[in-house]
Amino acid sequence: MEVLKIATAGSVDDGKSTLIGRILYDTKSLTTDKLEAIEKTSKQRGYDYLDFSLATDGLVAEREQGITIDVAHIYFSTKKKSYIIADTPGHVEYTRNMVTGASTSQASIILIDARKGVIEQTNRHFFINNLLRIKDVVVAINKMDLVDYSEEVYNKIKADFSELMSKRDYQDQKITFIPVSALKGDNVVNKSDAMPWYEGEALLQHLEDLDKSDIFNVGTPRFPVQYVVRPKTEDFHDFRGYAGKVYGGNLSVGDDIIVLPSKTRSKIKDIYFYDEKYETASRRSSVTITLENDINVSRGDMIVKENDLPTIDKQFTANICWMDSKQLTPGTKYVVQHGVNKVLAKVDRINHKINPDYSGIEKDVTGLGVNDIASVTFKLNKPIFYDQFKNHRTNGSFILIDAQNNNTVGAGFIQ
Amino acid sequence: MKKDTSHINSLENEAIYIMREVAAQFEKPVLLFSGGKDSITLVRLAVKAFYPAKVPFPLMHIDTGHNFPETIEFRDRLVKELGLELIVRNVQDSIDQGKVKEESGRYASRNQLQTTTLLDAIEEFKFDACIGGARRDEEKARAKERIFSVRDDFGQWDEKNQRPELFDMLNGEIELGQNVRVFPISNWTELDVWSYIEKENIEIPSIYFAHKRKVFLRDGMIWSAEDGIVYRDDNEEVLEKMVRFRTVGDMSCTAAVLSDAVSISKVVEEIRDSTISERGARIDDKRSEAAMEKRKQQGYF
Repeated sequence: MEVLKIATAGSVDDGKSTLIGRILYDTKSLTTDKLEAIEKTSKQRGYDYLDFSLATDGLVAEREQGITIDVAHIYFSTKKKSYIIADTPGHVEYTRNMVTGASTSQASIILIDARKGVIEQTNRHFFINNLLRIKDVVVAINKMDLVDYSEEVYNKIKADFSELMSKRDYQDQKITFIPVSALKGDNVVNKSDAMPWYEGEALLQHLEDLDKSDIFNVGTPRFPVQYVVRPKTEDFHDFRGYAGKVYGGNLSVGDDIIVLPSKTRSKIKDIYFYDEKYETASRRSSVTITLENDINVSRGDMIVKENDLPTIDKQFTANICWMDSKQLTPGTKYVVQHGVNKVLAKVDRINHKINPDYSGIEKDVTGLGVNDIASVTFKLNKPIFYDQFKNHRTNGSFILIDAQNNNTVGAGFIQ
Repeated sequence: MKKDTSHINSLENEAIYIMREVAAQFEKPVLLFSGGKDSITLVRLAVKAFYPAKVPFPLMHIDTGHNFPETIEFRDRLVKELGLELIVRNVQDSIDQGKVKEESGRYASRNQLQTTTLLDAIEEFKFDACIGGARRDEEKARAKERIFSVRDDFGQWDEKNQRPELFDMLNGEIELGQNVRVFPISNWTELDVWSYIEKENIEIPSIYFAHKRKVFLRDGMIWSAEDGIVYRDDNEEVLEKMVRFRTVGDMSCTAAVLSDAVSISKVVEEIRDSTISERGARIDDKRSEAAMEKRKQQGYF
């Protein structure tokens, strides 16, 4: 099993850090020294319980304010799987961190405070999870201990959330509701006795049971060339290998391929992984490929199967999440990094802004502020080879770089 | 039961991808080599990433002068066998030049002094990317670290203003004078590193395995009493114990653990069952709860 990356989303005080701390505690992933530090600090602060959030909030400012500012990565493993949790902040102004955390995750947990129910923030969290097409989403209804483990409360929240689900774009997303108490440990790692009416699995059990097909999308193979390997040694005098990562599907020796943008045809001769040769390179493996013909291929080119071409175009429309305090406006130029390929792009028009609370769209928008999500059309200085995000998570996404200060200022999902 | 290693394969694929991005996006990368298991793992990953070509960047060791002798011997043999280029810069030189002041007393360590030597070397060679073996599971501040982490002219880490990293895309665009710290094994845990060393049959310095050593006890930790590097009070008694080291940093800040793990498989077993974190034996992190964050802001690796 590959590593399972999980994004978490919840508002301030929904108990996200506590939930993660509880998972670590109950899976015995907290080492004695870390546990002692948590006990010590909890006591100093006069709490009568262990503050598990102390296990994750890493920056001084976070501990001072008792909130999570930046994405933290937390690692634990069970006998069955290795997990990475991206602990993403719940504040409205930190939407960019949530998009970031979700972009590398295959599953996600949305937290809801049982006392508050579905709030505006929940809409946003679900919207982003759906926009990023996370295949498996758990809605964890937390703090059940504070509502007397009431089935009614749980059902009400489930019904409210189901209304959101009807509005989502990505309908195949699998959603599971689990009532939990992170503080008390109910239905987190162990099934709770306090809620006999709940017949489903505890949270961790649900994650343990996820299979490859539950979390990964299979698409068409794309091989963006990262680096050209030319040893120029006696043993490998004429060796010309193309190093890169295989995305979407497998590539095999003998496959008829086309190199983009030159559209030169060839066949895969060998697939190397270090000093071993393989018949097939499976998705997400970092291999080096050689071709039958001696053709000119460089970084940023893409090797694809002959009958499976992506769109090759100098313009595209995408949903973007804007992450910079400086506004995005029509006519402005940015660098688009699409995989390992970089091109210059100009904002042609902002089609509309999307309200991430599912309340619709706004037209006649003149600029985008930080955390805005909008449909934007870009014109490029040279063609890129892309797929729609809904068909290909990797080849359908890009980042925007501000050419003036080199910062990553936005993320895009091609429509 | 042997654990399924496919998750290690996916970590390896990710790290190789990062190595190749460094070689492609930067003009003068360097791999920071400490002689520890994490940087040895990095060397292995770099060799695999560019095969059959040579690793297209040098290694650099910031030598505190307080290294375990076994580590230095190992380092020199490794670069010779793999035909790699090695640059060494010494903390002692920075002390002699009056740029840093040696700490004194019971807890004196050259660990912090490394930062100055490192920053000077980066400037000397105009390195634009420094590959390091830091992992996010090591420490709380490191859990927030990016894979491509931009440092300003002063080598400082601006933790509140980090570039978001989405999907696989690594943005290595920087201005002149800035550099990027790159962490290819960000997502590995200590156990992952050891499992990889076992799987790939990678050779590591002997101090990682249980051996007899003259040690003394202080603050519940075990310190090497050999070589006279670690300050020892006369009333701190020297004992002989079977120990090994879990991390190999500066001798003055690296404590040993009691162990009878004499082989890699025994070490893997020991770590799987361990209830103390790896950096629990690093005195440099015990200075305060925010010790690592502060050092990172100043340009520590």
